[in-house]
Amino acid sequence: MKLLEKFQALGQARDQLKNLGVDPFNVVVEKILSPTEAIVNGHRVILAGTNNYLGLTFHPECIAAAEKALREEGCGTTGSRMANGNYADHLALEREFAEFYRKPYSVVFSTGYLANLALLSTLPGADDVILLDADCHASIYDGCKMSPAEVIRFRHNDVDDLAKRLRRLKDRAQRTLVVVEGLYSMLGDTAPLKAIAEIKDEYGACLMVDEAHSLGVLGESGRGLAEAEGVEALVDFTVGTFSKSLGAIGGYCVSPHRELDILRYTARPYIFTASSSPAQIASTRVALRLLRDGGELRRRLWSNAERFHQGLSSLGCQLGPQMSPVIPILLSESREDSLLVWHELLQNGVYVNLVMPPATPDHRCLLRCSMSAAHTPEQIDQLLETCAKVFAAHGLVSH
Amino acid sequence: MKTYQDILNELLETIRPLAPNADSLTEDTELMGNLGLDSMKVMNLLQEVEDHFDVSIPINVLPDVRTVGDLARKIHEILGER
Repeated sequence: MKLLEKFQALGQARDQLKNLGVDPFNVVVEKILSPTEAIVNGHRVILAGTNNYLGLTFHPECIAAAEKALREEGCGTTGSRMANGNYADHLALEREFAEFYRKPYSVVFSTGYLANLALLSTLPGADDVILLDADCHASIYDGCKMSPAEVIRFRHNDVDDLAKRLRRLKDRAQRTLVVVEGLYSMLGDTAPLKAIAEIKDEYGACLMVDEAHSLGVLGESGRGLAEAEGVEALVDFTVGTFSKSLGAIGGYCVSPHRELDILRYTARPYIFTASSSPAQIASTRVALRLLRDGGELRRRLWSNAERFHQGLSSLGCQLGPQMSPVIPILLSESREDSLLVWHELLQNGVYVNLVMPPATPDHRCLLRCSMSAAHTPEQIDQLLETCAKVFAAHGLVSH
Repeated sequence: MKTYQDILNELLETIRPLAPNADSLTEDTELMGNLGLDSMKVMNLLQEVEDHFDVSIPINVLPDVRTVGDLARKIHEILGER
């Protein structure tokens, strides 16, 4: 087989989408109007699939801080922190993350993806074990691929299966990094973190929690699931992203362990990439403050999630196992039908994410919706009205 | 300690009820190719097998596990390390 032949099947699949005139994986956002509205593929839509949980992307204070940094510090850093040096704002943001989480050590990465790669490729060595929830994000799986450690999965959110696998490891359980997420991005369910933290503690393992979707969403101060469950003291490494509740691009890790700081000298995804631009760091610093003081934003977010979830439930939609700002609508196994449903929603002013197997937890396609504190009740009612019309036309709900 | 053959026999018995094309199940049957299972079903099957033998099979060894025999050898290896 020649070098490029392996892409033929994928190319054909892409062409099929093109011929159908429906490609949910390559939409064009022609104009972004607000955190909740845009012109997508020529249609004015309500955005209900962009992870903009707190709606901070257009916050005037974030924009003003980014503008100031852009003017004073330039468009980019043109290199890595190791080679080009640490900008004062990168260090300030690290201090602010450490203070926010009440942990002594904090590192900021260029993306959330790189934060996971950096931790997982570096922390567990050749004799160690990574024990991850089967539904973890691709960035966690990719980090595992870069690690020389043994990688074992446990059944999603199954504490008994985790305990069984720790027991099987015997003495090696103490050389194990358990990896879970706070809020899972496909089904919107949370980890049984209290039980997981207690078990990892019993076996002397370490625990890493990716709070990418739970930062700003869960916990009194928005620190995520560990705060909500009261187990922050049992978490060894908390990882997260700026690209959801904080409305920018970047990643972070906080930890009580000094070794996190040492990672700066050995984690390749930290060393060999350019650091975040000054504007990204500046807007994130403001967004972190707004998030910390964002009790009202969180209340609005959850109220919106409840309104949408309840509405979909009343329509007779099949939803995920738990109510949260990530709301999956389960469809059939037919990719063609699901594509048409997604496309009609878009044409009628609703933007959500279409997810197909193997990215879904079973053989069904799903529409992944994410709510924002910035949605108005009227927008949510409009979303529900359109969903009712389109789903009824496709026999997904009764008329 | 169980021999490779013991493990293979138990493995065949464990897989048989879970695989639609299991009539011609042998040591050389390919897990993905011949059993009529997609990658998700293979992962579920592996979890059944792990529970049966009370072992955890690391996912980074799976690229080397193509056939039922490969899986039996891997389980034999893991049980031998205990």
